[in-house]
Amino acid sequence: MAKQLNIFVENKPGRFRKITAILCDAGINIRAIEIQDRGEYGIMKLLVSDPHKAHMALTDAGLAVALKDVVAIVIDDQPGGLLKLAEAFEHRGINMVDAYGFVIESTKQAVWCVEVKEPEKVTRQVEDDGFRVLQDCELYEY
Amino acid sequence: MDITFWDKERETLERSQLEVLQLQQLKFTVNQALKTRFYQRRLARAGIHSADDIRTLDDLQRIPFTTKDDLREAYPDKLLSEPLDDVVRLHTSSGTTGTPTVIYHTAKDVNSWTNLTARGVVATGASRKDVFQNMMTYGLFTGGLGLHYAAELVGMAIIPISSGNTQRQLKLMKDFQTTVIHATPSYIMHIHAKMEEWGYSIDDFALSKAFIGAEAHSESMRRKIEELFHMDVYNSYGMSEMNGPGVAFECVYKDHMHIWEDTYLVEMAKKGTDTLVGEDEEGELILTTLQREATPLLRYRSGDLTVLTGIPCACGRTHRRIHRIKGRADDMMIVNGVNIYPEQIEAVIMKIPEVGTNYQIHIDKTGSLDRLTVKTEIYSKMFTGDVNALDSLRHDIKEKLKASIIIGPAVELHEPGSLPVSEGKAKRVFDNRPKIEV
Repeated sequence: MAKQLNIFVENKPGRFRKITAILCDAGINIRAIEIQDRGEYGIMKLLVSDPHKAHMALTDAGLAVALKDVVAIVIDDQPGGLLKLAEAFEHRGINMVDAYGFVIESTKQAVWCVEVKEPEKVTRQVEDDGFRVLQDCELYEY
Repeated sequence: MDITFWDKERETLERSQLEVLQLQQLKFTVNQALKTRFYQRRLARAGIHSADDIRTLDDLQRIPFTTKDDLREAYPDKLLSEPLDDVVRLHTSSGTTGTPTVIYHTAKDVNSWTNLTARGVVATGASRKDVFQNMMTYGLFTGGLGLHYAAELVGMAIIPISSGNTQRQLKLMKDFQTTVIHATPSYIMHIHAKMEEWGYSIDDFALSKAFIGAEAHSESMRRKIEELFHMDVYNSYGMSEMNGPGVAFECVYKDHMHIWEDTYLVEMAKKGTDTLVGEDEEGELILTTLQREATPLLRYRSGDLTVLTGIPCACGRTHRRIHRIKGRADDMMIVNGVNIYPEQIEAVIMKIPEVGTNYQIHIDKTGSLDRLTVKTEIYSKMFTGDVNALDSLRHDIKEKLKASIIIGPAVELHEPGSLPVSEGKAKRVFDNRPKIEV
């Protein structure tokens, strides 16, 4: 299962730099990033090359970090690619807590990363529907 | 100047006669105290077994001080000296770390409190001709009910609106041509700030007087309110332990507050010590109840810093005066008139597992009102990564604090270790309000 880092960040100048600097020092590569803003604070969500190592580096620096399971689903990077997945979600009655997408190979493949209540069940369901779900290591090497 | 009295004989009693009365009433109070479980033991240790052991007013000094902690320890009934059947009312304060304090009143106690507060009301020149809008909170807080009873006894037409709801305050002030209001100075300033917004001007009102209390304020604040509203503003002093409002009140000369010495024995101690100081020296006000039946208090340390002055007042009252309160001897904070101890906030925060042990309390002025902000840190190990959980955590902290300290503060969540920790005893409270110049 793919792991995402959820980091509690105060909304003030320098915080983004601090986090990226910690990850850089630990030799971590960032694959995707999303920020959930709540005004005074927010949650920074990162897909990185080595989530466990990154988790340790960030925790050591005193940050509040949680490792979350996410479902990383491969879709076609062309019109209707995401629609196909959306239809599968609707059919299965899957509700997303949060989601973001990124392109792996332009015009060919993209990844839709979703936070759901039951990641393992959703993984099984979308695989049954013919989608490819990326494993943790796969995601970063892809 | 027109001087009016509520109880002229008592208010102008010769000092020598006043002292005779004080000694007689001190014996009464000691007798009442000996009926309580709390004082029985304490007075026995001081060698006082009956009221006869008090021969002169100086014997008061044989009795140890009573503190707020004593009141908490005595909660709920170790300081009750009369059967509960004879109690007609009780007032509790919000409790630091969960334990409140309680003062019981018999019918006679309520009556003497009411008469005492009526003295203050009448000393300002207010009378039965006035329309009185009482903007202090009614309920366990003594400010609302205390003045209400006194105003009713004086015969004023009372609008018992309590605090808050500024739009309605303004409407009633205009519609009923209110002449006297009772509020905290910051609330009166808030009303002024909102006047224009709701379409009122000073000409809509018939205000002539305001009684202000429940929070420390400066002479310049008083002058400012007087100028803004074209009315006379009188300072009043009280605390729930000594009934509530009415302990001391300014007369028409507005030159310090007469403290009713037939009802309270006044002593002053040097801040943070047990050393008594005399007149005209700053110290902590220490009071002994002389009239109260149900909850006698001996040498109660108010925590309020002031100066006692014995210079005769032109109004003819023989009761000495105290200066406006200069601050607190302890760490109590007064936020929009509500008394709060930092420990109350700490106790709530420490029970919530998702927040760390470091926190800060900030008090700021926004407009004329105080704003309380509690800054807490997220506890790394309890962090789930869920933004909705953070939102509900913040809400949860706010609600729990509100339940404990009455007012709902703004709650900020910070990263672990981001609140500065000072050396030694951490500085937790940051009172950023402008200093009161006395």
